[in-house]
Amino acid sequence: MNFIRFIKGSIRIILHGSKTYYAWLIFLLVLIIWGGTGYANQLSEGLIKTHMRDSVSWAFYIGNFTFLVGVAAAAVMLVIPAYIYNWKPIKEIVIFGEMLAVCAVIMCILFIIVDIGGPLRFWHMMPLVGTMNFPSSMLSWDFFVLITYFLINLTVATHLLYSIFYKKEYKRKLVLTLVFISIPMAVGIHTVTAFLYNAMPARPFWNSALLAPRFLASAFCSGPAILLILFQILRKVTKFEIKDEAIWRIAELMVYAMFIYLYFTVSELFKEFYSGTEHILYWKYLLFGIGDNHEIVAYSWSSISMGCIAFVLFLIPKTRKNLVTLNIGAVLIYASVYVEKGIALIIPGFTPDVLGQIYVYTPSFTEIRTATMIFSLGFLLFTFVVKIAIAIIFEGYDIDVIRSKKLRTIESSL
Amino acid sequence: MEKNKSRRSFLKNISLATFSALSLAGCNMKEIDEFLQRNFKIMSKKEKDEIVRNLELKYKEKYNKEFHVSDAPAMDGVSFGYALDLSRCIGCRRCVYACVEENNQSREPQIQWIQVLQMEKERGVDFAHSDVHYNPEKVPEEGHFYVPVQCQQCENPPCVKVCPAKATWKEPDGIVVVDYNWCIGCRYCMAACPYGARHFNWGKPEIPEKEINTEMHYLGNRPRMKGVVEKCTFCIQRTREGRYPACVEICPVGARKFGNILDPESEIRYILENKRVLVLKQELNTQPKFYYFFGV
Amino acid sequence: MKEERIKNIKVPIFTAVFCIGLFFGCQNKESGNNNDLQKEKVRPEKVMATNEDQEIAVEPPPFTEGIYPCNDCHSDIVPNPKRRKLVDMHDSISAIFNHDSANRWCLDCHDMNNRDSLRLASGKLLSFEESYKLCGQCHGDKLRDWKVGVHGKRTGYWNGKKEYLLCVNCHSPHSPHFKALTPEPPPVRQEDIN
Repeated sequence: MNFIRFIKGSIRIILHGSKTYYAWLIFLLVLIIWGGTGYANQLSEGLIKTHMRDSVSWAFYIGNFTFLVGVAAAAVMLVIPAYIYNWKPIKEIVIFGEMLAVCAVIMCILFIIVDIGGPLRFWHMMPLVGTMNFPSSMLSWDFFVLITYFLINLTVATHLLYSIFYKKEYKRKLVLTLVFISIPMAVGIHTVTAFLYNAMPARPFWNSALLAPRFLASAFCSGPAILLILFQILRKVTKFEIKDEAIWRIAELMVYAMFIYLYFTVSELFKEFYSGTEHILYWKYLLFGIGDNHEIVAYSWSSISMGCIAFVLFLIPKTRKNLVTLNIGAVLIYASVYVEKGIALIIPGFTPDVLGQIYVYTPSFTEIRTATMIFSLGFLLFTFVVKIAIAIIFEGYDIDVIRSKKLRTIESSL
Repeated sequence: MEKNKSRRSFLKNISLATFSALSLAGCNMKEIDEFLQRNFKIMSKKEKDEIVRNLELKYKEKYNKEFHVSDAPAMDGVSFGYALDLSRCIGCRRCVYACVEENNQSREPQIQWIQVLQMEKERGVDFAHSDVHYNPEKVPEEGHFYVPVQCQQCENPPCVKVCPAKATWKEPDGIVVVDYNWCIGCRYCMAACPYGARHFNWGKPEIPEKEINTEMHYLGNRPRMKGVVEKCTFCIQRTREGRYPACVEICPVGARKFGNILDPESEIRYILENKRVLVLKQELNTQPKFYYFFGV
Repeated sequence: MKEERIKNIKVPIFTAVFCIGLFFGCQNKESGNNNDLQKEKVRPEKVMATNEDQEIAVEPPPFTEGIYPCNDCHSDIVPNPKRRKLVDMHDSISAIFNHDSANRWCLDCHDMNNRDSLRLASGKLLSFEESYKLCGQCHGDKLRDWKVGVHGKRTGYWNGKKEYLLCVNCHSPHSPHFKALTPEPPPVRQEDIN
């Protein structure tokens, strides 16, 4: 009963808001419907509406899935420095980080569902009801770790919000244990996703030992960027207090991650280009093109340059402490990793294909629509949970408010 | 007040019950059965027989012909091996189209289980410089040789290792099969196959009615549906009856050889013992059962 | 009180209706033939290893129409053992003949006195159905491979009777080199699959 009242209260929060809020919701809904009709088309005609073919059998959807797993993993990583450096708003950081992780995991699962040929047959890969190929298949591991991570984050965030809502003390032991588990789980989900690619000797581009560490490093470069921007916004519009020093510290940690990422990439490049075996072909296609095919060269170099600029901006203390350049850097590193995880990871793995043939892939209109639908759903969900969190944590929206009629006043100010 | 409440909730419940009963009756029980069908490997003989029978009825309804779907198990003491003579293949692609017809592959969108690569004699077996779209007037072209590639039925198949739903497995006679009713279409196996042997039904497969082959095996050449993976099965519907695969029989130059490796008198054994044999991408340790040799 | 009773039995009634519906609905209406679909498949007997004494069943030789039996004409013709290029009959064969034409001519393989037979180097006569033995004189490794089933087009049963073609079914004895074929169409480019 209590929980249902909490849910009811939350629903009430998200149904009321300012004009900008409604405009944003309608914008997202329009995108969802537009994307949804595209996906419906794909459901009826089949995946032939995408531009994936036998040679490039994984592309836009799986690229987005990989990127979002990184976001989900990184969101929780901020908990460590918050704890070590004893930041005041650590509870809020945990909540927002975990809610971002929850939304990201939901988007990941949606991307998988739209990618498989028989979405209704999803249950075939589950244990007990289906025949799960555990421990042999990395996808089965991914299923477990994603679900566990999702449940942990959902439980902690909901419990914290619920406790604040009911003005009760949160169960310290439960929350701390779960939060401490979620940190290695965060490493776990991205490692398992990297192992998904790593497991295939047929694809030499992915069959490098450094793939999982590179995944993690790029996730930690980019994931905190969203929270960095979010916290600045929250600082402006709510009573959320986070010192500039904390924000600079986040940026500094991102620099370390970026440096490690650069180091790993240089190691990969050295091994391939110095050894000069046939496997260089994939890196060549990525960076220089093969023959007449130069399709993704522009993307790979833009990703590299954006990443380097962001690295420099974060590295130099002057630009790090200047909020304008800091935010530019955050956007740049985010875009860089998005391009890198999507295009620069998946496509060269399949081009040239195992029999040496080159198929040029670009996302089809249907794929873009479907991805828009999923991203909009994710943004919508994230908007809702952020609104609920802001109301409960900063606006004093709690059980008393519902009980008394102060409700009206609060809602009109949101 | 309370009486109204109980009447309201009673009406609600009874309408809900009627609705569910109607929808249950309206649903095609066969479709529900097919949806809830289990993995082929864990079904009992009775269940398999029933499914095969339902399939035959379904295909008969759709294509208006008598069908025979077999679920013959592997023969004892048999391990299939295949050998292809690289010194003889002229790249005529007759095998490709014989396979398409025998195995009911979709013509539109086109699926071909066998891919013939044209390579240069100077470079040897070099995939990066091969061409699958060669189309000269006559074959063989001067200075080139031909390497047809299809499922290698590996002993250590990477596709079986990665399938999350166990929809693909290696049968006792060595054939790696796919249960088309169980495959969820995630295409992990396609990414994992080093030989590009697995193909996906991106769209709804179309087979012209008069070209359909009615002699089928559940794990082999029965018509597939969109969203599942398919591949060469060494013509399981033929080989489990003692016949040769269609590609072996059509090859005009006799470049293709097939048999039971465990039979010391088979031609495949003779080749393995007497000819210079190689496999593709040997360093990946997939241990293919598809050998390439040089007859001359 | 009554209301509570109604409330209490609604759930079980609903569940009962649902279960009964499921039970009857999911029953397999087809009680038809549940006999085993497995017809007894006759597995052909394994062929024993071939040795010199056993004949190999082959496809018939590809005679040109009207040419056989050769003795219909040749029983009346006086054989001419001089090596020459034929210009009257069989000039079409002469024109294409390139089977070691520097060293061989017709009567090295065709028996001079009995044109319905072939002859080995030893002088032994062969029927056209055994022509593989003649080819095998020079092409011994091919003959060995062919006998095992490794050379040549393979049809028949891998665990039973193999079907053999004669050498001449694929290789014209007078111009044995394989002619180039027109290839079947290449696969559709994946970019063009819609």
